[in-house]
Amino acid sequence: MFQNLGEMLVLLGATLGTLPRFWQERRRVAEQLFDIGNSSLFMACMLALFMGGVLSLQTGPVLVQRGLGSSLGGLVALALCKELAPVMMAVLIAGRIGSSMAAELGSMQVYQEIDALRTLNINPIRYLVFPRVVAIAVALPCLVVFANLVGWMGGALVAQFNARVEVSWNAYFSNLRATVEWMDLANGLIKSFFFAIVVGVVSCHQGLTTRGGPRGIGRSVTKAVVNSIVLILVLDYALTRLLLPLDNGWQF
Amino acid sequence: MAILNASPLTASPVVSEPPSSSNPGLPVSVRNLEKSFGKQKVLKGLNLEIRAGEIFVIMGPSGSGKSVFLRHIIGLEVPDAGEIRIGNELSTSEAIGDHYRLAIVFQSGGLLNSLTVAENIGLYLSEHRLKSRDQIAPIVRDKLALVRLSPEVGDKYPSELSGGMRKRVAIARALVVDPQLILFDEPTSELDPLVGLTIGREVLNLNQRTGVTTVVVTHDRDLAFGIADRMAFLVDGELIALGTPEEIRAFNHPILQQFLAAEFK
Repeated sequence: MFQNLGEMLVLLGATLGTLPRFWQERRRVAEQLFDIGNSSLFMACMLALFMGGVLSLQTGPVLVQRGLGSSLGGLVALALCKELAPVMMAVLIAGRIGSSMAAELGSMQVYQEIDALRTLNINPIRYLVFPRVVAIAVALPCLVVFANLVGWMGGALVAQFNARVEVSWNAYFSNLRATVEWMDLANGLIKSFFFAIVVGVVSCHQGLTTRGGPRGIGRSVTKAVVNSIVLILVLDYALTRLLLPLDNGWQF
Repeated sequence: MAILNASPLTASPVVSEPPSSSNPGLPVSVRNLEKSFGKQKVLKGLNLEIRAGEIFVIMGPSGSGKSVFLRHIIGLEVPDAGEIRIGNELSTSEAIGDHYRLAIVFQSGGLLNSLTVAENIGLYLSEHRLKSRDQIAPIVRDKLALVRLSPEVGDKYPSELSGGMRKRVAIARALVVDPQLILFDEPTSELDPLVGLTIGREVLNLNQRTGVTTVVVTHDRDLAFGIADRMAFLVDGELIALGTPEEIRAFNHPILQQFLAAEFK
């Protein structure tokens, strides 16, 4: 486990080392970004819509019962932007994109494509890992912004139309505006950036260390997803703790 | 983790224009080469010299360490002990790609399946920015013609090609590097005898045309004795015999004689 962590840190360092050649890799980064956005945006919006709805449905009746119904908008919005949207989007990306990256790189490793790159003096980290990690690091925070907006709408729809909640649209959004600060949004975006690096590096590492043919590829895919999710949750706690002092930020 | 300690064969991010093809082939010198994977010792103190410009064939039973030896020459494996010198450079040197042009044709071809054939062949030139896109297209056509493939093949993906065509595309990709040392890992495996013959002729023609040092690992006795200037026979990671095809045929070693005489009856 510690060897894996060490190798991933080395891979991250090597990937950062190729940053100066970003401009040369822009086309491949754009291709990866398009793939990630194309395959994840609809799913992310669906997930966020129902996350917001469920939050509203679970907490709304309790708050209304205690005469705190007007706080629903802020509660749903904060839960989404600081915690649920970054974590759930990262898990979604780990499942959809991380797994496919591990499979693709694993297959390239098994079928000697990566060896071929090296014999052509092409750095596989620059050619394969860098565009993927950068694309995820850009795409995930963008998905989190979408997830926040759609999730807030999901919460508002349930608040407005569910008979057990019945918090008006106006009350929901005025409380949301009064509660959520720019720093809360930034908090979620900072988290999602680090989660993205974790998913990218873990998935690429698993792909590049694949051994043993198709079965090995399957193992790498499973490990990429499981390790990513575990690390996301561990890192989530650490980042939440680190970002606590920033909570008294600007009003939204 | 192999991928991390195996940076590309050059340390420099930008590769200069390769020297002209008039450069002669490179000699390879192997000294006390040893390699183990876990407890299994795969190469046991190999010593041999490959002369500049010759076709050197390595034969031996399965599991004798032939392909591992080839991966050491190209720098994909780091030896536990001993060294390989290509020209004046160690095979493990990061600067070797700055000084010499090496190429390998993998058993599987090693073509990038996400790229077309033309993109695969032009990859070295485009990635190192040695030529513009307009300049690469005619080079790709030339290399395809050299391995007797039509220009239309360039638009296909590797998965749309037969095994023999993939091997020829892999050879074309290796030729773009204008190599001074080219390695072939089982070039005729999985091919029917006629395509195998064609590939063998390609190897021979390439060597005669360019003077490139050629190292071929194969089980194929017809190919080996048909193209080799000199041969080596490995058994369990040890060099059993080394010499011209005639000397190898005459060498008296039970496994070698068994290998050469084996026929289905």
